[in-house]
Amino acid sequence: MFAGVLAALGAAAAGVFARSKKPRLVWQINPLKCIACGKCATHCVLNESAVKCVHAYAMCGYCDLCTGYFVPEPKALSTAAENQLCPTGAIIRTFVEDPYFHYTIDEPLCIGCGKCVKGCSAFGNGSLFLQVRHDRCLNCNECAIAAACPSQAFERVPADSPYLLKDQL
Amino acid sequence: MRMRAGLIFMLGLCLLSSAALSIQRFPPPQFETDYTIPSPTTPPPRSATFDIIDTAVLVAALALASWLVLKKRSRRGVFWLMIFCLLYFGFWRRGCVCPIGAIGNVSLGLFNPEYAIPWIVVAFFFLPLVFTLFFGRTFCGSVCPLGAVQDFVLLRPLAIPRWLETALRLLAWLYLSLAVLYAATASSLVICRYDPFVAFFRLGANPLLWVISISMIVIAVFVGRPYCRFLCPLGVIFRQVGRVSKHRVTITPDECIQCRLCENACPFGAIEKPTVEWPTDEHVKGRRRLVLLILLLPVLAFVGAGVGYWAHPRLAMSHPDVRLAQMLQHKDHYTEQTLPDELEAFNAAGQTAEDVYQKAEQKLGQFAVGGTIVGLWMGLIAGGSLIGQSIFWKRSGYEAHRSGCFACGRCYKACPVHRQWLNNKNQNKQESA
Repeated sequence: MFAGVLAALGAAAAGVFARSKKPRLVWQINPLKCIACGKCATHCVLNESAVKCVHAYAMCGYCDLCTGYFVPEPKALSTAAENQLCPTGAIIRTFVEDPYFHYTIDEPLCIGCGKCVKGCSAFGNGSLFLQVRHDRCLNCNECAIAAACPSQAFERVPADSPYLLKDQL
Repeated sequence: MRMRAGLIFMLGLCLLSSAALSIQRFPPPQFETDYTIPSPTTPPPRSATFDIIDTAVLVAALALASWLVLKKRSRRGVFWLMIFCLLYFGFWRRGCVCPIGAIGNVSLGLFNPEYAIPWIVVAFFFLPLVFTLFFGRTFCGSVCPLGAVQDFVLLRPLAIPRWLETALRLLAWLYLSLAVLYAATASSLVICRYDPFVAFFRLGANPLLWVISISMIVIAVFVGRPYCRFLCPLGVIFRQVGRVSKHRVTITPDECIQCRLCENACPFGAIEKPTVEWPTDEHVKGRRRLVLLILLLPVLAFVGAGVGYWAHPRLAMSHPDVRLAQMLQHKDHYTEQTLPDELEAFNAAGQTAEDVYQKAEQKLGQFAVGGTIVGLWMGLIAGGSLIGQSIFWKRSGYEAHRSGCFACGRCYKACPVHRQWLNNKNQNKQESA
């Protein structure tokens, strides 16, 4: 009996192992499927979500009137808080040359709510997008955000290329 | 003024290129200054060497646990190992990946060839099973962080009648069967989703998980290891493996002297009393009952299969495609404000409703088969439990239950033979020193 079970276990382990492919897998958001619903900010098991906004600078139009940065009807195109879309003021706007502005994410402030992503993809180039940041992600067996994601945008990707950067897709 | 003009211009552009996301509405500028376009940072995930360390720690902990329980017979050793494993696998590794949750990955991997099981999950699933097969459930008693949490808070253990224990254990069987069904149909890994103690390990979880965690802890104060005994899906697998294990916990290191001192030593109801011969009329009654139950077995299986088939549309709702299909059918009930995110995503993705319906139909078919099998299986398990209750097992002394013993070592110090053995050992040590 004992030997039988041992043999069965061994066979099962070998069978499962044969099916497992080499690369380790980690969670990532496919930005082409993401609709920036905001669940990433609230559903991560971490109190501060592992999902943050990433900027694909190569896709950015460097607009003065950035719809990812400004609320729909800003009073002025300035960095004043009432003009900003980001609830935590995590986007830094710096002047490059007339008429271009450079936008970077202050990552410790970003909560991954995707408000800027929605604004940018609705009217802009869509250069802002959400990504799982792997310095923070616990790589849960079942990602709690993936379970809640309405667009099934969470995918398991190989750990050696763990990002789905929008400008490289 | 400039701003408004810009906005109108942008809206115009936006309308021109409405559907295509990939079209660049604003071409990247040609900078005249020496500005170079940066690229986003990509911090790498946790290194793979940690996986090797985790597996090594698991093997070491399992080996140490088996040695402490079977050879050293030391409850104190088990206790300290349990604390270490709670800190390491629970709070440091944040309870993931664990052998219990690995059931989901293994089922998912077996039924979906496109899913690649990480090797560490295979290791975490099979290593505890192999150790259980050799040494009994030493994983449960010393290594599992979920068991450790419950073990610590156990202050006032209540005795649970045998029939209730058997009945409640059916919950664990049901949980295991459903977890395999959900994982095999690629719907969800329910074991991980409703992990009762992960809220503590991560100090953060959704409200439902906190409610589950806290109520489980409160129950665990009065009922020894309620999750392990009545819910843990891996626990029921371990029980079956424990039945045939090569070595296992023996309450006494020598012959049982039937002093009854260990009778109440186990808070998990896993100590079995010696049996007396049944009187003849009892014997006849018992045999009649057994025949009846064996005849009942196919009936239970049939009823179970029926219930499983009946429940399959509801079970299938756990799959996102089936949910989406249902939302699409009720599309007209939603206004623009109440439109669910799922439908918004569906509209954005440009799928056709037919695609979704087809996928949902396929999943429903899988659930119809799977649900029926789960129902049938549960019927057989329920019948089997009844039969198991009616079989007379002969025991000449007090024994740790083959499948129910968690190998925690609590019963050792209740046994006078064990104490004698310990004294002799210490004396020998002193003499040789």
